[in-house]
Amino acid sequence: MKRMGASFEKFRTAEVKRMERRLFLKQGLSLGALAMLTGCAITEEEGVQMVLARMSGWNDDVQAWLFNPNRLAPEFPESRITNPFPFNAYYSEEEVIDVDGGQYKLELGGMIKERKPWTLPELYALPQVSQVTRHVCVEGWSAIGKWTGVRFSDFLQRVGADTTAKYVGFQCLDDYSTSIDMATALHPQTQLTFKFVDQILPPKYGFPMKLRMPTKLGFKSPKHIASIFVTNQYPGGYWEDKGYNWFSGS
Amino acid sequence: MAPEMTKIHPLIVRIAHWINALAVLIMITSGWRIYNSDPLFDFAFPDQVTLGGWLAGALQWHFAAMWLFALNGMVYVTYGILSGHFRRKLLPVSPRAVLRDVASALRGKLAHDDLTVYNAAQRAAYLALILLLIVLVLTGLVLWKPVQFYWYGQFMGDYEGARFLHFFAMAGVGLIVVVHVAMVALVPRTFPSMFTGKIRT
Repeated sequence: MKRMGASFEKFRTAEVKRMERRLFLKQGLSLGALAMLTGCAITEEEGVQMVLARMSGWNDDVQAWLFNPNRLAPEFPESRITNPFPFNAYYSEEEVIDVDGGQYKLELGGMIKERKPWTLPELYALPQVSQVTRHVCVEGWSAIGKWTGVRFSDFLQRVGADTTAKYVGFQCLDDYSTSIDMATALHPQTQLTFKFVDQILPPKYGFPMKLRMPTKLGFKSPKHIASIFVTNQYPGGYWEDKGYNWFSGS
Repeated sequence: MAPEMTKIHPLIVRIAHWINALAVLIMITSGWRIYNSDPLFDFAFPDQVTLGGWLAGALQWHFAAMWLFALNGMVYVTYGILSGHFRRKLLPVSPRAVLRDVASALRGKLAHDDLTVYNAAQRAAYLALILLLIVLVLTGLVLWKPVQFYWYGQFMGDYEGARFLHFFAMAGVGLIVVVHVAMVALVPRTFPSMFTGKIRT
């Protein structure tokens, strides 16, 4: 757990957090907001941001309450798969990383009993399921795709994860990170995905592995997963730390 | 005859009106920024008139102000129905009377002497505004939680249908607000009554 936590934390030092926060404050208030808050001193900007952050936390709670662990996201016929399926990341398509599948090992950490790393052939040997579901992006667009992989709840049970913990965190080879609530991690359609439309995941969709969750917005799905850890300490994430709502359920 | 002050807007309606005005302003200006991140049509809103600075900021404003908007709206609609306020002020409204009043308004002849009674065009506009705001809440719920509210999203063309309906309802609200503000500018003595509740009759 220590090691995983440390590798995750190196991206989120106090200084980085302060910088992110300053950047967020600077960008967070447009002219429109200033016009509406005429008379407010700039120092009150922080107060506004604090209220908005609190409301976002409240919305996390409401979404956790609304989330029905047994409600399945709708499935679609394969004829409705969006082609081409959009690429999206915090970098451009030219910057997509190339992962060497032969060298790849998935690392596990935190409140997990069996923390031995997994190679790709070992992962591919696990029982797999497919889904044709809709991906909804925080930007507004949606697209339908087909994903194949291991049911994530099966995987968590197999490695002896403590499913009473609050969070599952992900650290990625492209330096992305995110975290989800345990209820969503155990949802039957949450999937550790190896294939997109019956083909091994191409690099742009997250080779060798991504997490697919039709019950959350797209940015909550980490690609190129390097490590998975289970924890009770809120892990945050790349976009979440910049102000995107953490739960982001759909 | 000495001028008399008549009460036309109950306190609860005045409070709800101004909370709603603020909430709708936040919802629309932050909503424009959200729209800009993936425009449905071949245009975007100028960033200067949007709220939030970037997508995450706009989403924070939108999902914070939605509570103010929805809770205030629920109080207002509940009051309007239970107290008979809607029935007294907004009903009846016949399509023919609306057309007649709109036509005479466009010719600049619409009588607006008795401010205690809404003419048919006003009734239609206020009713349409209330309905459009309700449509915005219902489509907004499907956009916010397309899986959890999937079953009733089917009545509005699912997630993608709800996006368009949400946009058109916003456009309808915007149009009514522009006309509303223009009419207040044309009959300025209605403006203070939205604070005091009273008007000289």
